[in-house]
Amino acid sequence: MAKLILSLDGQVIKEFTLTKERSTIGRKPHNDIQIDNLAVSGEHAIIMTILNDSFLEDLGSTNGTLVNGQPVKKHFLQNNDVVEISKYKLKYVNEAPANMSQAEFEKTMVLRAPVAGTKAETKAPTDTQNTVLQSAKLSDTVINAQAAAAAAEAPKPAPSPAPAAAAPAATAMPGGQGTIQILSGPNAGKELPLLKALTTLGKPGVQVAVIAKRPQGYFITHVEGANFPVVNGKALDVQAHQLNDHDIIELAGVKMEFFLKS
Amino acid sequence: MNLTPSLEMAKATHTGMVRSHNEDSIATDPQIGLAVLADGMGGYNAGEVASGIATALISSETREALARHAPHELDKSSGSPLATRLLREIIARANTSIFQSANSQPQYAGMGTTLVVTFLCNNQITVAHIGDSRCYRFRGDKLQQITRDHSLLQEQIDSGLLTKEAAKRSQNKNLVTRALGIEPQVEAEIRTYPAQTGDIYLLCSDGLNDMVDDEDIEMTLAAIGSNLPLAADQLVQMANDNGGRDNVSVVLIRVKKDFPADDGLWAKFLSWFK
Repeated sequence: MAKLILSLDGQVIKEFTLTKERSTIGRKPHNDIQIDNLAVSGEHAIIMTILNDSFLEDLGSTNGTLVNGQPVKKHFLQNNDVVEISKYKLKYVNEAPANMSQAEFEKTMVLRAPVAGTKAETKAPTDTQNTVLQSAKLSDTVINAQAAAAAAEAPKPAPSPAPAAAAPAATAMPGGQGTIQILSGPNAGKELPLLKALTTLGKPGVQVAVIAKRPQGYFITHVEGANFPVVNGKALDVQAHQLNDHDIIELAGVKMEFFLKS
Repeated sequence: MNLTPSLEMAKATHTGMVRSHNEDSIATDPQIGLAVLADGMGGYNAGEVASGIATALISSETREALARHAPHELDKSSGSPLATRLLREIIARANTSIFQSANSQPQYAGMGTTLVVTFLCNNQITVAHIGDSRCYRFRGDKLQQITRDHSLLQEQIDSGLLTKEAAKRSQNKNLVTRALGIEPQVEAEIRTYPAQTGDIYLLCSDGLNDMVDDEDIEMTLAAIGSNLPLAADQLVQMANDNGGRDNVSVVLIRVKKDFPADDGLWAKFLSWFK
């Protein structure tokens, strides 16, 4: 469950857990998060929480709202964001539950009733908007039992951390940047750095091979054509072949060298 | 009518790097132009059961229906090709079958599955989907998503609450608003588009599009789309290299040449049964 930690001059004043779908921030006493200071507007801002996501919206306050030093009207809160209202700071903390593995946490679930708030109805506060997460609770125990079983099995590669995982495969390669140097033909001497996740070599319709850049290294695979690429004098089969520094590749009548450039 | 001279299909599925078992299920039949992909959910092995029922039942029922009907003919009641109605009915039967298993056997309680089905016929592709399994079209070096997820995030994007970029940072991933087998009835979204020679269609579970950006999928199809099985394996590998947090499944379909329905043959064929 996400929370906000209210502080002034580095001193923590109070912690608020965002249990409600709409939490209001302001000077007046009816606010969920009351900050009794004249620089804070009566109804200053609102935080809308939809399941695990929270959105901050400034309600046209006199002195404005900052997030991480930038003035905002509307902001999708991220873990460790710092909301500033007057001299007060509200740190937003939203960590994935530690007792569930990332994988189990991300299990696909069905949302039966439409979640209130999805129609961007940020104005007009209503009192009771219920989110109904169907089947999620029902299968919790099952999921957790499965998680325990999975944990017991254990010998699985460690998953990479969540947000970084979506990044394109491997930018910095160990051992240097894979590069192809053409050794024969009209382009002899030319170098081709293998920057992309996939680099194709050869002539379409005649013979094409692809070099895939992966976390484990560089792999060459035959794509099309009757002839297969030859690496160090040996023709490949349909399987991907890992390239080593100074391997010689022959493809569509052209000789080239693979090397790792530091 | 056998569509194998016109269509090439390749498929790949993998448990991924984190999950203990694969709840995805895929089936292809290039002869009749059908591909089915389902991403199951539910405890123990119920997810696999649900996705397995969906792919098996939809494949066999479509084969049966094609023996009785000409899918390109217009349905008199709706004006759209008969394929749409056939798919709708077959998916409804799959829904009933999963729903009933889930309700009659406690170990399957609450199971369900997302679904994407493509059916190619008469130079057209009919796409049916439920949930967040997707269909993309790769045409002229451009990749375009042709299904719209039935998910909380997609609803939030549509309503303007989230941008597509912000959605990637959401903690509310994997919440679908529709699934097969969860309720007594479900509505599949079914659309038909013209297909062109050279098109590549990609069906995938969210294990692919959550782990691999659309640009990287596009780049892969542009680079090695000429070798469909290799491209399918490469996409799965990229998802796993990026963390493989979910099961990942892909089906690739290439239109090698056009495939008009042959009315004459159909008429002849059908007359056998009259």
